[in-house]
Amino acid sequence: MIRKSFLGLPGLIGAGTAKADWALNMPKGITALSAETYDLHMMVFWWCVAIGIIVFGVMIISLFKHRKSAGVQSATFSHSTTAEVIWTAIPCVILLLMAVPAAETMIKLEDSRDPDVSIVVTAYQWKWHYKYQDEGVDFYSSLALPSVDARRKESGIDPYSVDNYLLDVDRPLVVPKGKKVRLLLTSNDVIHAWWVPELAIKRDAIPGIINEAWFRAEETGTFRGQCAELCGKDHGYMPIVVEVVAPDAYQAWVDTRKDGGAQVAQLEN
Amino acid sequence: MTTAVADAHDSHDDHGPAKGLGRWLFTTNHKDIGTLYLVFSLIMFFVGGAMALVIRSELMHPGLQFVHPEFFNQMTTMHALVMVFGAVMPAFVGLANWMIPMMIGAPDMALPRMNNWSFWILPVAFGILISTLFMPGGAPASGWTMYPPLVLQTGDAFPFLIFSVHLMGLSSIMGAINIIVTILNMRAPDMWLLKMPMFVWTWLITAYLLIAVMPVLAGAVTMLLTDQFFGTSFFLAAGGGDPVMFQHIFWFFGHPEVYIMILPAFGVVSEIIPTFSRKPLFGHDSMVYAASCIAFLSFIVWAHHMFTVGMPLSGQLFFMFSTMLIAVPTGVKIFNWVATMWRGAMTFETPMLFSLAFVFLFTIGGFSGLMLAVAPADIQYHDTYFVVAHFHYVLVPGSIFAIMAAAYYWLPKWTGYMYNETAGKLHFWLSTIFVNLTFFPMHFLGLAGMPRRIPDYSTQFADFNTMASVGAIGFGLSQLVFVYVLLTSKKGVTATARVWEAPKGLEWTVPSPAPYHTFDTPPIARVKQEAFE
Repeated sequence: MIRKSFLGLPGLIGAGTAKADWALNMPKGITALSAETYDLHMMVFWWCVAIGIIVFGVMIISLFKHRKSAGVQSATFSHSTTAEVIWTAIPCVILLLMAVPAAETMIKLEDSRDPDVSIVVTAYQWKWHYKYQDEGVDFYSSLALPSVDARRKESGIDPYSVDNYLLDVDRPLVVPKGKKVRLLLTSNDVIHAWWVPELAIKRDAIPGIINEAWFRAEETGTFRGQCAELCGKDHGYMPIVVEVVAPDAYQAWVDTRKDGGAQVAQLEN
Repeated sequence: MTTAVADAHDSHDDHGPAKGLGRWLFTTNHKDIGTLYLVFSLIMFFVGGAMALVIRSELMHPGLQFVHPEFFNQMTTMHALVMVFGAVMPAFVGLANWMIPMMIGAPDMALPRMNNWSFWILPVAFGILISTLFMPGGAPASGWTMYPPLVLQTGDAFPFLIFSVHLMGLSSIMGAINIIVTILNMRAPDMWLLKMPMFVWTWLITAYLLIAVMPVLAGAVTMLLTDQFFGTSFFLAAGGGDPVMFQHIFWFFGHPEVYIMILPAFGVVSEIIPTFSRKPLFGHDSMVYAASCIAFLSFIVWAHHMFTVGMPLSGQLFFMFSTMLIAVPTGVKIFNWVATMWRGAMTFETPMLFSLAFVFLFTIGGFSGLMLAVAPADIQYHDTYFVVAHFHYVLVPGSIFAIMAAAYYWLPKWTGYMYNETAGKLHFWLSTIFVNLTFFPMHFLGLAGMPRRIPDYSTQFADFNTMASVGAIGFGLSQLVFVYVLLTSKKGVTATARVWEAPKGLEWTVPSPAPYHTFDTPPIARVKQEAFE
């Protein structure tokens, strides 16, 4: 155990620099709405900090000044309608200031009309299936083999030696940059949830129900997430990888997948 | 002849507890039953804590070291069920049993035989629940929320899970009825409702919540049972049912349940802070209204647990707004506690220390609660360690610290001796340091993208997980100091009737230890003089 920690140390320092934006806070993400979500998160956080400074400040002053050992005599007041009206009214105003932008973002999040690409996401215990509705492409996406080997109990493989341990898949979801991608989520067995923090999307995949979610990625790159609803023993082992590529690269990928798909179909026939 | 028998029977003055095991099995005395509840909850606290340590040991480093994923899921599920239904709720019922009759000047609970039964159901319920660990297929592993269809994949444990939940509900409902009847009918004359101590008030409200929602839970799990064994399809999509309906029903129970676990804690700190501030509770009546307000709101916020399941926009907005509203009465409570301390003359005995930590750390849990209320942000937080951090902040340094504060506060009244103050303070400081070390890093883990309920994680989450695991082990060991305090509780100096310098309330007018029977005659004159002046 100790040996492992020491082995991990240089790896951690490396990870610290490479993934500094992961460490403490929510990622800003790569869509307009993920940035809005981040801003909301920070706005509420700073309100909490401000309220905290006032409440804890008063409390701490009181803890030092109003202690018996300082020789004070306790006051006897036990109510003040004015004070109570004030500290009921002010929070109401603050809440209103939070609620309005939150509602605006919420309305945008729910507007999945007119997508450029529609993908049916079907969850299984314990993998994902993606079907591009108009492109005729579909495939399963499961945990990548290096992680599959390393994750077993007493595997003898150091997780630090595996790239993107537990966050890598065999076949990622590929989507075009700048296009509105709509996900239609459902499940084949139990409830799962499709979550990629950088896209600010978390939506349950529920048997018998088709849920919608959408995103428009503004940056290319590889973005990782995980199933976020307990779905049985391998719940921790069904990651999601989304590759955002330029639209022409996306088209090229679709063409190869289509051909590949046709060839496989021919072979099977 | 008849008269003689009646006379002999009526002489209650000197008869103390029965001897031996029978005393505990057949007791109808509120103090004995209170003790039973408290001891039971302490045992469950350690059982649930041991399960938490299995979880934290496995999560200390990436990779699987100790347990398989299926057993890990059993541990998370059982930890939650044991802590919620076995540790926190019975502890508060135990405090209610001990203190409510003494605080309102009643000789006992209104329904003493039912009181005995509502306790003794609990060991049976938890015996059944814990025995599922040894059944084929293991214990339930679907999370304490028991979402179908996953819960229907439980092995032989499934019907036992349902039955034990039924029993826990039965026990809670009977306990709640007893508390309501006691408070409404057995107060000393002169003690009007708005004169009742805050602990009694918050318990009255809590008891109504229990009666309202425990049957809902019973209904939900019964539907699971019939789906599994009798061919119904309440929650099965294949048969035309709706898995999401279970979540609505469950959280209609589950959200008030959250307040069931925190309102009595509000009551406890509202007793303790005035005592050690030597100043009356600020805004007693507004505290009552705030607690009632929270109780009402708790019924209309349930779907904030479900922002990711896919609800109509109007539904999401409604539940977001109603949830944010809860911050207002909760804020009133916190401001009132601070105002109670303001210009008081504070001392910092162990119960006060735990209460102060409660106010600080519960407020931090309240802040993360406010963040979670904001629906778009909640979509990112949902089912991550951020949520785990949030509810542990309100439950551990929230409810459990309040229970600890109450135990230290009233222990001299129960035993007749002062506890070891040095050990008590050591217990407090260790608990406070380790509880923060355990749960604060979880905020960062959740924000960085670590889902909850996973047995293994990617390497960038390693640092904070190690920190949390070290904290958890430290917190677990710190609780042994509490056991030491309890075991040595009769070695201290003799406690006076008032115990503390300036406590208010009828419980301080009876000797320490409180006699087996108190207030055989209602304390009419004393209500005004002793308790409220």
